[in-house]
Amino acid sequence: MNDIAPIIALAIPALGAILVALFGRFPNAREIISLGVAGALFTQVLRIYELLRVGFPLEYTAFEVMPGLPLTFRVESLGMTYALIASGLWIITTLYAIGYVRKNKESNQTRFFVCFSLAISASMGIAFAGDLFTLFIFYEVLTLSTFPLVTHKGTEDAKRGGRTYLGILVGTSICLLLFGVMWTWATTGTLEFRSGGVFKEALADGRVSIPVYGAIFFLMIYGTGKAALMPVHRWLPAAMVAPTPVSALLHAVAVVKAGVFTVTKVVVYIFGPATLMETGQAKWLPYMAGTTILIASGIALFQDNLKRRLAYSTISQLSYVILGAALLVPLSIRAALIHIAAHAFGKITLFFAAGSIYTATHKTNISQLDGIGKRMPITMGAFAIGTVSMIGLPPTAGFISKWYLVQGAWQVEHYFAVGVILLSSLLNAAYFLPIVYRAFFNPLADADRAPSGGRLAGEAPWPMVVALSITAAGTVALFVWPNPFLELAADLIR
Amino acid sequence: MIDTHLPALVVVLPLLGGLLAVFAGRGVLPWLWATLVASATFAATIALLMKVQAEGVVTYAMGGWQAPWGIEYRVDALSATVLVVVAAISCVTTFYARLSVAKEIPKDRHNFFYSLWLLCQAGLLGITITGDAFNIYVMLEISSLTVYGLIALGGNNDRRAFTAAINYLVIGSIGASFILIAIGYLYMMTGTLNIADMSAKLTEFYFKDEQLYGTKNATIYVAFAFLMVGLGIKMALFPLHTWLPNAYTYAPSAVTALLAATATKVGIYMTIRFYFTIFGVQFSFGQIPNRVILMACACFAIILGSVIAIRQTQFKKTLAYSSVAQIGYIVLGFSLLNVSGIAGSIVHIVNHAMIKGGLFMAVGAVAYRTRVTSLDALSGLGKRMPLTMAAFTAGGLSLIGFPLTAGFVSKWYLVTGALESGLWPLAIVVLIGSILALIYVWRMIELIYFAEPREDAPTREAPWSLLLPTWVLIGASIYFGIDATLTGGLAESAARMLLGNP
Amino acid sequence: MNQFEIFNYWIYVLIMMIGFYGVIAKKNLVKKVISLGLFQTGIFLLYISMAVVEGGVAPIADFKDPNAVYANPIPHVLMLTAIVVSVSITAVALSIVVRIKLAYGTIETDEIEEMDGAE
Repeated sequence: MNDIAPIIALAIPALGAILVALFGRFPNAREIISLGVAGALFTQVLRIYELLRVGFPLEYTAFEVMPGLPLTFRVESLGMTYALIASGLWIITTLYAIGYVRKNKESNQTRFFVCFSLAISASMGIAFAGDLFTLFIFYEVLTLSTFPLVTHKGTEDAKRGGRTYLGILVGTSICLLLFGVMWTWATTGTLEFRSGGVFKEALADGRVSIPVYGAIFFLMIYGTGKAALMPVHRWLPAAMVAPTPVSALLHAVAVVKAGVFTVTKVVVYIFGPATLMETGQAKWLPYMAGTTILIASGIALFQDNLKRRLAYSTISQLSYVILGAALLVPLSIRAALIHIAAHAFGKITLFFAAGSIYTATHKTNISQLDGIGKRMPITMGAFAIGTVSMIGLPPTAGFISKWYLVQGAWQVEHYFAVGVILLSSLLNAAYFLPIVYRAFFNPLADADRAPSGGRLAGEAPWPMVVALSITAAGTVALFVWPNPFLELAADLIR
Repeated sequence: MIDTHLPALVVVLPLLGGLLAVFAGRGVLPWLWATLVASATFAATIALLMKVQAEGVVTYAMGGWQAPWGIEYRVDALSATVLVVVAAISCVTTFYARLSVAKEIPKDRHNFFYSLWLLCQAGLLGITITGDAFNIYVMLEISSLTVYGLIALGGNNDRRAFTAAINYLVIGSIGASFILIAIGYLYMMTGTLNIADMSAKLTEFYFKDEQLYGTKNATIYVAFAFLMVGLGIKMALFPLHTWLPNAYTYAPSAVTALLAATATKVGIYMTIRFYFTIFGVQFSFGQIPNRVILMACACFAIILGSVIAIRQTQFKKTLAYSSVAQIGYIVLGFSLLNVSGIAGSIVHIVNHAMIKGGLFMAVGAVAYRTRVTSLDALSGLGKRMPLTMAAFTAGGLSLIGFPLTAGFVSKWYLVTGALESGLWPLAIVVLIGSILALIYVWRMIELIYFAEPREDAPTREAPWSLLLPTWVLIGASIYFGIDATLTGGLAESAARMLLGNP
Repeated sequence: MNQFEIFNYWIYVLIMMIGFYGVIAKKNLVKKVISLGLFQTGIFLLYISMAVVEGGVAPIADFKDPNAVYANPIPHVLMLTAIVVSVSITAVALSIVVRIKLAYGTIETDEIEEMDGAE
């Protein structure tokens, strides 16, 4: 049973989707099932984590899709991190989503939960993929299963957002990523994830020339549209038309992390950091990532729509992970892994808060948030914690990853990267702190005062408040007790 | 007894069945008869495929006249695969035809319709199975003539079917005549009509001629040139595809499904036979810049076919132009001349037959409920006909080449083949074709799921006898996307056989 | 090889090209069908010409003369089939033309195209 543990992790949410679809007519049963499935998945992922810790070889070859190309699964620490984050936060998001869809009376709730489960199933596939082919398949399934979630509202705006979303993600993945994958397959004859990369021998015996190696690297980095490296980032703001639970879990955690996860994974297991360092083919990447960090932060400064500002912040934070991977030293690559976890907790809190504000007050813009902190103290308190983590200050998780990242950059004397990290921290502060200030210190807008002079009832429904409190607490807890992820990071590369 | 005559049965069954169908009277009987015959034929081809896999090449001397004098039927891995595809699609579409035909064709013609229908299958299977060059021409004309008639039967709904039919008739006859001329020249040079015999003599003759006289044999070149054009017309390779879009659009729904899934595929099979088996790779691609020409045509087909598909306002026409593009993929595959490329071609012949057959059946089900064929007739059908539209969506994804669909497998082979030859620009063309497919498929999917239904939109799901065959093909296309070891394995062994290194 | 000796090949090309021209250039559908017939007739001539064997007689076995030279019968046989095909094509084509006349009221392709374009 143990060797198919990853498959079980994949199957739980998929079965959950079927169950949810079957019980679509009974909202209560459906939601209990959703929560139960999420819990079962997290338990299963924890079991896999235990197995990984005791060194149980978690490798499984399913069936051959094409002659010579099987679906394989292999658990290693990077995938473990991603799976832990995605499955753990799924429970909380399900709780949150139940409150959200009920209170906002969303239509097609069953479709919503079905697609959500499928997306998580695809995420598990990505996390535990043992080769690039398997990873690519689940990557595309993830895109497709999240499309109905992005266009959930069915309005003209949603359709337009959906078109951008699908156009960019499928466009880059088919034209660039798939091309890179096939080129790797055609030249090296393997797509397996191996430590040290698969190109070493091919480069040595001349099957692959260095420019081709560089070209494949370029194709794969930009082909991973989900990593939102500029200029293929536009799908992420476009995806913000989705309901907030979707933005929170998928477009702050599962989907975007799938992107940076893929980038890190191919750097470590396909191209090999040492080989990249030798050939110098990744030299451009830190600069592109750095530019993305700064430009996205700059754009975020001028967004009034709260979710859009969060989206641009996500783009810039994702590039931290890419930057970490691109610096190619163990320390920075570990920082990339830790940042995947750290950013997830912080950003999901921020999105939960944005969704709560929308649910309670139907406000979407920052300029409308005057004094909201008095009305919704818990929500905005959590928001403040998330903000601190984004900036990278203690006592939050963001500090730890940033600390490692700066150390890594310093180690290779990449002062551009160091500069970018420091400057962007300032920018983060500049676009997040005003929101917190406005919420707590500005007087409540006149329109928001109840007629009798008292205050309107404040917080969103309790499941949402509970959810965002948990994630905010998680952000702090990860600072106090980061060991699991630090260990995983240490395992990733030595 | 039956076992030894299997190859003959494959053609004789639908041929006699077709002739007898005329006497089946009215009502449901002609359909029952056609279903029976098509199923029997399908069973025969399956048996044949199993026999070929067990024993290797199966030959059969028609009427006991031995090759190279008599007509020989010759089944190898490639022809067995194509036979099964054609027979399977025919069987499924025949099942589908009952309601669709009842609605679109006057009652008093049903027996004639099924007669033509079965004869068409006989022709297509005949082209595939025969080992005799002139027999190819005869079978080609049998299938073409019946197809002209079948398309013209669509004229009861839309008179443009008549013009589409006469157009196809004129262009198709010219194409077939070109092939006839080429066969004439080949006979002139080799004195035989048997493909295996002809191939052996041709290679020997051609290269000896050059050694002896130092000149090239003009007759063979002329034959080849006529073939290139004739085959190009028959498989609708850009820019000789002009007959295809209207023919597919105005033919009755069931006929479109059959045509799109089988007729052009058999044309491509014929091309592969002539280029690889009769002339041989060395001549077809070494002596003549055929490879460049084919690649250029294929690339134009992929790009322009998809672009034109995007601009259509009728869903059947969008799918028809998409077929033009897909033929481009198949031709591109075998022009790469390596195992992955040719295997990609063959896999795509199989996959595209399932995908396009399924898609045309799904839109046929829409046409059954509403007579409108413009794109916006699809509006909001996601709620009204969820199962039909789910099939359509799955087929569309396969057309794009999404992972875990059959289309992905084909594209994987094609791109790998292009990269193995070092021709990465072609790989880019294939991938751009996918993106263009995404655009035209997604335009329809958005209408289906996000637009409000029109006033005349159907209110009910399609009847199950239309749904079931649609889902059989779409389901098969999904299955062969998830587990492509069977199709991929067959295609790879056929590709190795064609390249002469089994 | 004397060009005059192979003059029937020249005629085959000529007939075929006249037919081909007609198929492309004529706007009247019946004329198109006639041209198609002509085109195919040219091909019959090709096959029959290639069957000629110098001094050959009709291929009816004459057992008395062991040195008899016969014309090649196979192309003739093939052409029997091709003639049947050609006739069938003409028949199908003409019947479709009749339906076109009934549906459109004309058999001129340019007028039909105009009417189709208007729809």
